[in-house]
Amino acid sequence: MVDETRRKKRLDRSIKVRTEGLYAISSGAEMFYLILPRAALIVGLLALPLFLDMYWQKVLCAAGVYALLSLGFDFLAEYVGLVCLGGAFFIGTGGYISGLLNSYFGWSGLLCIPIATLGGAIFSTLVFIPALRLRGIYFAIISFMFPIFARDIITTLNIFGGTEGISALGTLPNVWTEIYLILLAVIIALFAIRRLVNEDIGLILRGIKDNDQAVKASGISITSYKIKAMFIASLLGSFGGAYLSHKYGWVGISLFAMDFSILPIAASVMGGMGSLAGPVLGAFALTPLSEALRGFGQLRVVIYCFILIGFIVYKPEGLLIYFQRKYHQFELWEKV
Amino acid sequence: MKEAPLLKVVNISKAFGGVQAVLNVSLTLEKGDILGIIGPNGSGKTTLANLITGFVRPNRGTVLFKGHNITRTPPHKIANLGLTRTFQVMRPYNSLSAYKNLIVPLKSPRVRQTRGGKLGDTDAVALDILEEIGFERDARVPYKIAGSLPLGYLKRLELGRCFALDPEVIICDEIFSGLSMSEITSMIPLMERLQIEGVTLIMIEHRLRELFRLANRVIVMNFGQKIAEGIAQEVMEDPKVKKAYLGRERS
Repeated sequence: MVDETRRKKRLDRSIKVRTEGLYAISSGAEMFYLILPRAALIVGLLALPLFLDMYWQKVLCAAGVYALLSLGFDFLAEYVGLVCLGGAFFIGTGGYISGLLNSYFGWSGLLCIPIATLGGAIFSTLVFIPALRLRGIYFAIISFMFPIFARDIITTLNIFGGTEGISALGTLPNVWTEIYLILLAVIIALFAIRRLVNEDIGLILRGIKDNDQAVKASGISITSYKIKAMFIASLLGSFGGAYLSHKYGWVGISLFAMDFSILPIAASVMGGMGSLAGPVLGAFALTPLSEALRGFGQLRVVIYCFILIGFIVYKPEGLLIYFQRKYHQFELWEKV
Repeated sequence: MKEAPLLKVVNISKAFGGVQAVLNVSLTLEKGDILGIIGPNGSGKTTLANLITGFVRPNRGTVLFKGHNITRTPPHKIANLGLTRTFQVMRPYNSLSAYKNLIVPLKSPRVRQTRGGKLGDTDAVALDILEEIGFERDARVPYKIAGSLPLGYLKRLELGRCFALDPEVIICDEIFSGLSMSEITSMIPLMERLQIEGVTLIMIEHRLRELFRLANRVIVMNFGQKIAEGIAQEVMEDPKVKKAYLGRERS
């Protein structure tokens, strides 16, 4: 029941106001206020594996890969205006390049992953270039097709091991390298992209999202900037794919699975679109959840949907923005 | 020998499906001109602007700018040559503040070239341009999100985006439409100053009285064709123009 005699009023906390601009360095309290959420994220992520058993550590690694994908998805969708459903393509190309290098040349995983990250990103970007002239839903549909094409090409031509995939790849030295490699990658990627969107290139990308015609009229080639953005996002995905291939010691067509394209959307909605840290948070919440619901089998998707719908209806802003508001503002009831 | 005109459009045509939007239109523009393009709704004025600036590719005809053929050049390259435009439907970056809207054009290759890489603080340059286009009256306006600004400011912001490129030609697509009389009167000096600074203007307008104060030459279009060209008052006496505007010939 809605009480019509009073309403909720939100006000910024005074410390929030004080930490804007130069005053942020005026005292320890202000600096602590600014550093706390960032430090909580970093320390929280890095300390988390110490409290988990082996099974959940593996889940955490998978969540890290999804976090990278969600970060890339959010960056492309909210800062460039490209709704990219081709996350699985990045994972697949990164994974296959790393797997092939490892099995043909016998290079170690730690050498293959950087090469595959770069190579996969270049390859994915080249493949996506023809689609970049499209916008909105049209780009989304085309990008969704790429992983499906790739999977079908591999199975029908029976290349790269066909449906069997390539197994017996070199794995990473030990479980701690596995965990901290992906967690550090997530943290570095998150802060790098947050920095990037506030630089000049980020400004131009946001301009393209708001109004690509005006960017053209300003003498800036929108295609070249879209290519750069695509490269950055596919860099994250390809790293995730290369990492997965060495974590499992196997690459196969399941790297092109639809999960990699779809879960980032759910994670972004849950975490808060456009907040960058939100989708990362969303991925770290959703992946364990889907593991916990493994017992339900196919019914999992239904539960997923309910969670998504619940967020869209009751908390459309997403988790991160909700927490942010609680942190920065206080609420009071006032009489109407 | 006479110098080649700044902008020369020869027999340009464009059809959208069965609709002949622009048919065999030619025009020349000398440095320092203010050329008005008028005509009833749907007569192809905006399409002509789109054809010149490369946003729409013509079926036939050529566009020469400073002697270069720019007929099939992409719009961002044309803008970098110094031929820029405003949009009839304003196209601000809605999620960015007004001054950030001007940072985007300041990052274009043309600006890097003309200002010799010594641009210094782009924020300061952007604020200078805002002052030039009359944003200084309210100190908070430059920091407001462009999506929340009223129409008059957005029209000026469109001009500001062109100024940032340090252009040689600006095509203003109905820059006065929807503005109040006082807003227009405050904008006319801006246009006049542009002319003094040596910027050439093409103005597509429906507000004839204001246009005729500025333009030294006028082209009248109807059904995609150029039906008259000349000095404003003379053109309006042309029977074909009267017919286009009033629907029938007066005796």
